[in-house]
Parts: sequence; structure tokens; C-alpha cells
Amino acid sequence: MTDQPTTPQHFHIPGLVPTGPQLITGRFDQADGFTYDGYVSTGGYTALRKALTAMTPQQVHDEVKTSEMQGRGGAGFPAGVKWGFLPAGVFPRYIVINGDESEPGTYKDRKLMELDPHQLIEGILIACYAVGAAQAFLYVRGEMALAQERIAQALNDAYANQLVGTNIMGTDFSVDIVLSWGAGAYIVGEETALIESLEGERGMPRLKPPYFPASKGLYMQPTIVNNVETLSNLPWIINESGQAFHDIGAASSTGMRIFAVSGHVNRTGVFEVPNGVTTFRMLFEAPEYCGGVREGRGVKAFIPGGASAMWFFDEHLDLPLDKPTIDKAGSMLGSGAIVVMDDTTDMVAACWNLVHFFSKESCGKCTPCREGTTWLERILKRILAGEGRPDDMDLLIEVSESISPGMAWPPRQTTICPLGPSAVSPIASAIRRFRHEFEHYIEHGHAIEGVHTPPIHGVAHGAPTHV
Amino acid sequence: MARLTDANVQVAREIIGRLPRAKSALIPLLHLAQEQDGYVTNEAMAHIAELVGITDAEVYGTATFYEMFKFEPVGKYCINICTGISCHLTGAWELLEHAEHLLDVHAGSTTPDGMFTVEGVECIAACTEGPALAVNYRYRYTVTNDQLDQLVDDLRMGRLTDEIPPHGTLARVRQRTPENWANTGKLAQEAVDAR
Repeated sequence: MTDQPTTPQHFHIPGLVPTGPQLITGRFDQADGFTYDGYVSTGGYTALRKALTAMTPQQVHDEVKTSEMQGRGGAGFPAGVKWGFLPAGVFPRYIVINGDESEPGTYKDRKLMELDPHQLIEGILIACYAVGAAQAFLYVRGEMALAQERIAQALNDAYANQLVGTNIMGTDFSVDIVLSWGAGAYIVGEETALIESLEGERGMPRLKPPYFPASKGLYMQPTIVNNVETLSNLPWIINESGQAFHDIGAASSTGMRIFAVSGHVNRTGVFEVPNGVTTFRMLFEAPEYCGGVREGRGVKAFIPGGASAMWFFDEHLDLPLDKPTIDKAGSMLGSGAIVVMDDTTDMVAACWNLVHFFSKESCGKCTPCREGTTWLERILKRILAGEGRPDDMDLLIEVSESISPGMAWPPRQTTICPLGPSAVSPIASAIRRFRHEFEHYIEHGHAIEGVHTPPIHGVAHGAPTHV
Repeated sequence: MARLTDANVQVAREIIGRLPRAKSALIPLLHLAQEQDGYVTNEAMAHIAELVGITDAEVYGTATFYEMFKFEPVGKYCINICTGISCHLTGAWELLEHAEHLLDVHAGSTTPDGMFTVEGVECIAACTEGPALAVNYRYRYTVTNDQLDQLVDDLRMGRLTDEIPPHGTLARVRQRTPENWANTGKLAQEAVDAR
């Protein structure tokens, strides 16, 4: 970033990998990018000054609306529109920052917090100014010790430099940012569960309606819950304008966006790419990104947006990373978590892994999820252990249907939150495409030929499953 | 092993003082107790209940929901091997198996000398670096068997004490409450609650 606004350079020629400016990952390679000095010397806190001294809160809100930035936490709801849901005249109101990144495959918020904490803090302050928040709560996942450490230091430094606290930058704008943290519970990434956790409760989601955070959130006051990546984009948007952000990527998915590509590619990585125009194939094959699937193998399946998403296959490789396109194709971009499985992958084991995750992380509030995910996990485990029964396929489908009727996308749910239905996504995906792999396990007691089954603890050791 | 020390009570009061409602301090205070003793003792939970002004059962109810809180002693170093899908695909289970052999324990248990607890854990958000692990929540990436051997040796010989504090300590920097603290949220919420 420089003192002068820069016009984003973005060219997209069909067939070529599109490029764009680094909006939020620019300091990832800067050794002192996480320090106060390192941030300020590279243009840090200029957007906050601009917002506080030259813009009204409404103008800041309008820029974010113009940007049409979709929230980066998973649901992809436009951030500017979300802010607009706050009821007029009700105070105090709060901003809660969701830094509880734990959707399997997702790796971006931790990097943003560890490598550029001041950028996030500046984004939070801009958001607080825009919506008139009294206090912001930055909730960092419990396991992320370094992120907590860097944010605590950054907040102390920001306070010392009059950037947080009373009369920020000499204006009459005052706001507090409190660092809080979790203690190991995936469900707390769900915004109402996160609010419960912030109130000192077990992290169980609230029923919506009536508990939409914008009207009844933290302490039953109006609350906006935004993701770390979403807010990290605000300094750039304020410096350069909402329209400049909108000019990047596709009109239906604006700006740059971080995608983490993991699994069986030659070069896994966290890439900030033009939103809406880059395709999965470009990400997987381009030498500047993943450089192909390992050993030149084929893609058997890939998860386009985190463990909760329906799987994609060969025929989806040329789809652009564009929200409406991916929604229409029957899955989601979610939290930007792409997991590639090559043709040696044991799909029953992969399916079990994801279902196991959701069964362990179910909060237990809703019966279909608490019992259903546990059953699904046990059935898959016994299939993997060579103890599958002939009617297990029907049973998997029956239990899945009771959690998410139709096993379709977007998922219907018999539960308060989407965690239960998320466990159905890998089952629906795997059974529809690789049913023969399950049946082979049930009939022969082991995987089909040519796939690798990891030595899953408690399964591959030949331990009885007792289910 | 017991109640919070005087110094930690000061820290606890500062944390509580910052928040619009005292109960919001519960998870931070449980972490504080775990930092003090390596795990969360019953005495510490009772003490936290006093400080926050709620019952012991409410503290216990919240604490037991969260996986990071341990209620009995664990190893000085907790080696959490990620078994999330990305690490599952890139060798997590093989690494966990190796760790079990290396330390001669089953996953989920602690070595007799109290040095190491080994566990397979859910996704730790290092997905592009599989297989990944965290020792007391300090990350290691694309870990090979040899590197794990080396890591265990380094920990055992005390070569990593600067980087990796004993189990229970998360951030070694605390957020302070400075003079220019904006108590806007707390005051406004207290006014609402008083009505």
C-alpha cells in the first residue's frame, strides 16, 4: 500500500489465470508485518484516519454496500446489507468478530490474525464507526495461541497510540476492543453459539427466530457478527473505494478472496485470487498456484468450500469460484476451503473422517444431530472395520434423511443450526458417486483395489467396534 | 493446586472489569486457572464461581462443554496431531501411529513420566501444511516421522522451553486495560441491565 490510491489492475483473458492486487495478504511475506511499526510504515491506519476525519458513518457504510463484498465466513451474505439490519436507535450495539476458524479445510483467518493483526484491528474500528458500536469483541479460537499473542500485543500497541480507546485520533469517536477466546468447540463458529460462548455459556446455537443477532444478539442487544477476513478487507475498501473493490473479480462475486487449497496437489497453499473468475482448474493446475495433482494423477473428488459442502468432481473443474455459480451447481464456496482428493483416495474413509468430525462436534442440543451424526459415524466405522451389514446403505440414507430431508442442496434441516445437515453432505456426495466403494467394503470387508486406506485409529488396528 | 493465586486474582478482576457482564469472563478465567495449574482444578472452579458471582455448577457446566479444558493432570507437553480431512489425506494417521510407538502410549493418554500426552485432534486450521501438529498449541507443519522424533527429543531435553511453555499457557502477552480504556460498552450495558 502506498500513500496514493492505486487503481487496481485486473485483466482477465479467457484461458489465462486472472491476476489482481493483493488486498489483504500483502504483509504475509513482510517479516515485521505483524508489528505496529511494520503496519504503520506500510500505510496502516490511513483508512481509519480517512474514515474518522473525512467521512460520516453513513458514507463508510455506503462504501461497503457499494463494494458488494460477500461475507467471508461461510454463508457469503453481503456485509453491507448485514450491517443494515441493525434496528435504528437501539443502543448499545456490538460488533463481534468471528475468529473461531475451524471448518476442516479452512486456513486463512489464523494467518490474517497472526501475520497482519493491525489490519484486522483497523477493519474492526472502521466497522464500529460505521454502525455505531459501543464495544467490539474479538473472539479468537482457543487453540490459536500465536494469534492470541499477536492480537493482544497489537491491541496494546494500538491503545498506546490512541488508535483504540477514548477519543481515537483526537476525534470524539471512542470504542473498546476486547480480546476474548474460545476453548475448543467447532460449533462456536456458528454466530449465535459464539454469542452464547461470549456470555460465558455452553456454545449452543440459539433458535432463529427470534434470536437474529442483528436484533437480539450479545446481551440481547443488536449485534453484528463479522468474519476476520471480511473485516480485514475494510481498510482497503475505505482507502480505495467500494467501487474499486467491486471492479475486481466478477460482478456477482466481487473483490479478491483467499482460498486455501489442501490435499493431493503438488503445491498446497493459501492464495488470494480474483473472486468469481478464477476456476478450480486454474487453481489446481496453474504453476503459480498448485501446479497440478500429485504424481500427475486425476482428481477423484474435491470439496469446494469446507467440510460442510457437497463434493465436486471432474465435471465441475471449469466452474469459476463465483458464489451464484457454485450455489446453482449444488454446493458452496463456504469458507474458501478447497480439499483435493486424487484417484487413490478411499472415499469411504474420507466420508467417515468428515462425519466423525461432525459427530464429535455436535453440541447435543437437537436430537436429530446429536443422535443422527453419532449413528452415521458408527455405521461408517463398522463398514471400514470390515463389519458392515447388508442393510447399512439403507440405514445411512434413512438416518441422513432424518437430519436433512431430501439430502439435497441447499440442505433442509430438522435442527436449529446447519451442523447436522453438514454431516449429510459427505454422505450424500460419497454414496451417490462412489456407492460401489461402500458396497465393496460391506461385501468383502476391505476397500476396493488401488486406493489407500489410512491406519485410522481404532479402526485399522482391527479393534472391535462394538456397534 | 488450588484456588487462584493473589496475582491471578488481580488478573481475573481486570478481565471481569472490562466486560459488560461478569459471566462473560468465564472462559478467559478458566484458561487462567489452567495456565496456573496445568489443568482446571475443582478448587479453581469454585474460586472462579465466587469471583464471577455464579454457582460452582454453572462454572462446571460451561467448562465441560469445551474440549481444551482438562480436569485431571495431562502431560507437560500435549502433542495434538491433526486428523482433519486435509491431514487425513496427507499422512496424519501414519504420524499418529508413529507417535504412539515412539512414546509407547495409546492416543489420548499420557506417558508415565508425565511429560507427554498424545492425541489425534480435529482440524487445527493448518490444512495446506498437512500433516500438522501442535505442541501446547504451538504449530508444526508437514511433519515427518523423523521430525517428530527430533521434536520429542528437543522437548525432553528442554531445548524448546523458550518457545513452548508448559501446558495451560496460551498467549504470553495479556491485553492490558490502559488509561485511555473506552468503557463505553460496559457502562451502556450496565445502564440497560439496571432498567
